[in-house]
Amino acid sequence: MPNSPLELAEDCYHCGLPIPQHFNLTVDISGEPQSMCCPGCQAVALSIVDGGLENFYRFRSEHAQRPKQAAEHQWQVYDLAEVQTDFVTHLEGGEREAQLLIQGITCAACVWLLEKQLGALPGVTAVTVNASTHRCLVRWSSDAQTLSHIMSECQRIGYESSPASDEQAFQLRKKENRQALMRLGVAGIGMMQIGMVAIALYAGAAQGISEGMQSLLRYLSLVIATPVVFYSARPFFQAARRSLARAHLKHLNMDVPVSFAIIAAYLASVYSTLTNTGEVYFDSVSMFTFFLLLGRYLEMRVRHANSLAMGNLSQLLPFTANRLGEPELQPVAVPLRSLVIGDRVLVRAGEVFPCDGCVLQGSSSVEEALLTGEAKPLRKNIGDAVIAGTLNTESALEVRVTGLGENTTLSAIDKLATRAELEKPQQQTLADKVAAYFVAAVLVLTALVGTFWYLHEPAQAFWIVLSILVVTCPCALSLATPLALAAATSAARRQGFLITRAHVLESLANITRLVFDKTGTLTLGQLRVKRCVPIQTQYNERHYLALAAALEKNANHPIASAFLVEPATSFTASNLHQYTAEGVGGQINKLRYRLGSVEFVCKIFPDNIQPSFNALVPDEKLQWLLLGSELGPLAWFGLSDSVRDGAGPLLSYCNVEAIQTELLSGDASPAVAALAKDLGIQEFQAGAKPADKLERIHRLQALGERVLMMGDGINDVPVLAGADVSIAMGAATDLAQTRADAILLNNDLSAVARVRNIALKTRKIIRQNVTWALCYNALALPLAALGMVPPWAAAIGMSASSLVVTLNALRLNR
Amino acid sequence: MDSLYLLIPVVLIFLVLAIRFLSWAIKSGQYEDLDTEGQRILFDDEAKPKPKSQAENDKRD
Repeated sequence: MPNSPLELAEDCYHCGLPIPQHFNLTVDISGEPQSMCCPGCQAVALSIVDGGLENFYRFRSEHAQRPKQAAEHQWQVYDLAEVQTDFVTHLEGGEREAQLLIQGITCAACVWLLEKQLGALPGVTAVTVNASTHRCLVRWSSDAQTLSHIMSECQRIGYESSPASDEQAFQLRKKENRQALMRLGVAGIGMMQIGMVAIALYAGAAQGISEGMQSLLRYLSLVIATPVVFYSARPFFQAARRSLARAHLKHLNMDVPVSFAIIAAYLASVYSTLTNTGEVYFDSVSMFTFFLLLGRYLEMRVRHANSLAMGNLSQLLPFTANRLGEPELQPVAVPLRSLVIGDRVLVRAGEVFPCDGCVLQGSSSVEEALLTGEAKPLRKNIGDAVIAGTLNTESALEVRVTGLGENTTLSAIDKLATRAELEKPQQQTLADKVAAYFVAAVLVLTALVGTFWYLHEPAQAFWIVLSILVVTCPCALSLATPLALAAATSAARRQGFLITRAHVLESLANITRLVFDKTGTLTLGQLRVKRCVPIQTQYNERHYLALAAALEKNANHPIASAFLVEPATSFTASNLHQYTAEGVGGQINKLRYRLGSVEFVCKIFPDNIQPSFNALVPDEKLQWLLLGSELGPLAWFGLSDSVRDGAGPLLSYCNVEAIQTELLSGDASPAVAALAKDLGIQEFQAGAKPADKLERIHRLQALGERVLMMGDGINDVPVLAGADVSIAMGAATDLAQTRADAILLNNDLSAVARVRNIALKTRKIIRQNVTWALCYNALALPLAALGMVPPWAAAIGMSASSLVVTLNALRLNR
Repeated sequence: MDSLYLLIPVVLIFLVLAIRFLSWAIKSGQYEDLDTEGQRILFDDEAKPKPKSQAENDKRD
C-alpha cells in the first residue's frame, strides 16, 4: 500500500509491532520515555507503571501481545450466580475459587505481572498462574471482591481472561502428562540401575565371576526390569494390540515391532535367568523402553503446550438476554438458558444476538462477517432474520426468538464441522509405512536363519534367533519421527506458527493446493482509511482526519474504528448523533459537521453548493465518505479493507513451488474477483456458503489434490475441519482455531511459506533418520545371524544408533 | 565379598523409595510449569509504586 498514511518507523516498546509514522505516544518506563504503537498499548503500559510493576519490562524475555481493542466488556455478567456455576467453586468462609483462561501470556514475566497485579487487589487471597497451560487459579473472599473486577483488572494490564470452560479436556491432558512422566521416570530409574548391574555382569563375563554372584545380579535385573516392561512399556503394547486387531498390513504401525522386541527379549532373559543359561538382555530392554518413551514424551509435551483452550459454541453467545415480558415493557436480563422459542428479546447496539430470530421492531446494521464472510455490515429491518452470534452495531432491535441452542445456524455449522472432521483423509506417517515391511522382513529372516541353525547346530539356534530379534529391535527407527517432529514443532512455533495436530508437518510438505478465505485471512477484515482527498485545501489531511475522529468518537459502527486508529484527536465534538445507515453528525467549535454518505452530508450545506456533488467521487474502487460542515464540503475519505502484508510473499512462494492457489469466499461482492486478480490467485469462488466450501474441498480431494485451507471465520469452520491441513488465523474465532490443525499466531501470512520450508526439511531429516536406522539394522542382522553379537555389543549398537538419530533431529531446532 | 549378598538387595529398597518420591513430586504438580518456577527467583520486588502515580490511581478509584 504505497500511498497509505501508515508507514513504518520503529517498534512498539510494549508489543514489538511496528509504529505508524506520525504517531507520538510515549510512556515513561523506569525513567525513560518509550514509544508505543497504539492507545491500547499505551494504556496497558501506563497501568503497569502505575502499579509499580515496571520491572516486568526488565524480566520479560518476549514482547507482550498487543491488547485487543475489544468492545466494552460486560464483566458484570460473570458475577451472576447462574453464570458462575460452571467454573467457580465455593470454599469455606465465604471464599470462592475460579479457573480462568488467560490469553496473551508470552513468557514467565507475564506470570509475575499477573500474580502481582491480581494479588494486590483487596480481598484476593491467592493467585496462581501457569505459563504453559495459560490457566489462572484465583481465590477471593466474596464480600470484599467481585470476579468481574478481577477480570477487568486482567484486561487493564493487557490480558484477556475468560472462564476455563474446557475443564474436562484439560484434566485429561494433565492426567496423560502425569502418567507419561511417571512411566518415563520408572523406565529411567530402572534403566540406570540395570545398567550398573549390567556393567558388573559384562565385567564378570570378561574376568570371571562366581556362579552365585552372577545369578544374584541376574535376578536383581529381573526384578527391576519387570515394572519397566509391565508398567512403562504398556502404552506400546496397547497400541500394538489395537493395530493388530485391525488385521491389515496397512494398519501395522511402529508399535508392533517395538512390542515384539521388548516382549521377546524380556521373556528370553527371564528364561535364561531361571534356568541359569544363555544371555540376559534386561539392560537393552529397559534402555530401549526409556529412549522410546522419552522421544514420545518430548513430542507430546510440545503438542500439549500448543493445544489451546477448546473454543465452543457457547463462548460466542452472551450469557444473558434482555427478555421483554408481555405486560411491562421494561426488559429483564435473564440467563440465556431460560429463553424459549417465541420470547421477545431486546438486543442493544454493540450486543451479540443470543439466538436466531426475526426482527419485530427497529432497524440497524448487523455485522455478519464471521458467519458469512461478507465484509460490509448488513441492513436489518422489520421482518428480517438475524443469526445468533452476530453483532448488532447501530441501534437496538426487538427480536422474536426462532432458534436456540441446538437449532441455531451456528450449531448447524458446528455439526457440519464435526462430520467433516470424521471424513478427513487419514495421514499415515512415513515410519508407520516402513513398519509394516520391517516387521515382515525381520520375521521372515529370523525364521530362515533359525531354520538354518536348527538344522546345523540345534543348541545354538534359540540364542541366535533371540539375538537377531534384540539387535534388529527398531529403537532408532521408531525414534526417527517423534524427535524430528518435536524439534520442528518448536522451530515452527518460533515463527508464530502453532501446531496443534501431529500430522501437520508431514502433510504440509505434500500439499498441492492452497485455498484461502478472503475477509480476515487474506485481508485484515477491518476498514481502514486508505486515502484522504481534501476539497477545501486550506487545511491538510491530518486536520480533516482529526475532525472525522472527533465525530466518530462514540460511534460503534465498523466504519468508526477506521478513523479511531489515530491517536487522541485535538477536537472535541458535542451533540454527537448516529444516523442509521447514513453517518454521524455533531458540533465542533460551534459549527455543525456531518460525516457519511453524500446525500446525508449535503443536507446541511447552504443551498448554493448543493448540486453537482455526486459526480465528484474520486474513483470507484474505494468506499467513499464525505466530511462537510454547515459551510460546505471539506474532504473525501476513501475506505477499504486492506490486504495483509504477507499475502504477496506467500503467493509468490506458491508460484515458485507450483502450488495451486484458490480464493473461496463467502463474500458475494465483486471485491472477491478484484482481489483474486490483484494478487494473481488462479481460481476464485464468491458467495460460497459453509456447505459449498466444504463440498468444493471434497471435490478437490476426490481429484487427488492435497488441500491446505486457511481461514478465520465461523463459516470456515467446516472446511477447516475437512481439509487435509488447515490453518486458522491468530485473530480467528476460538471455534475456528479449535477445528484447525495449526494456528498462525502473529497473522503473518509469509510465515506459512517459512513453515512449509521447515516441513520440507523435517521430511528430509525423517527420511535420513529412517534410512540410517534401516542401514544399521541391515548391518547388524547378518552379524547376529552368524552369532557374533554378544549382549553388550547389542546394547552399545542400539544406543549409538539412537544417539545419531537424535542429534540429526536436533539440527531442525537450530 | 559376602557383604554384597546383603547390600545388593538393599538397592531395591532405595529404588522403591526413589520411585515413591518421584510419584509424589509428579502428583503434587511440580513438573507442570517448568519455565516460570525456574525464573521466579530472579524477579525481585524492590520497585515500589511511585507516590505521584499512586495518587492519581487513588483519584481514579
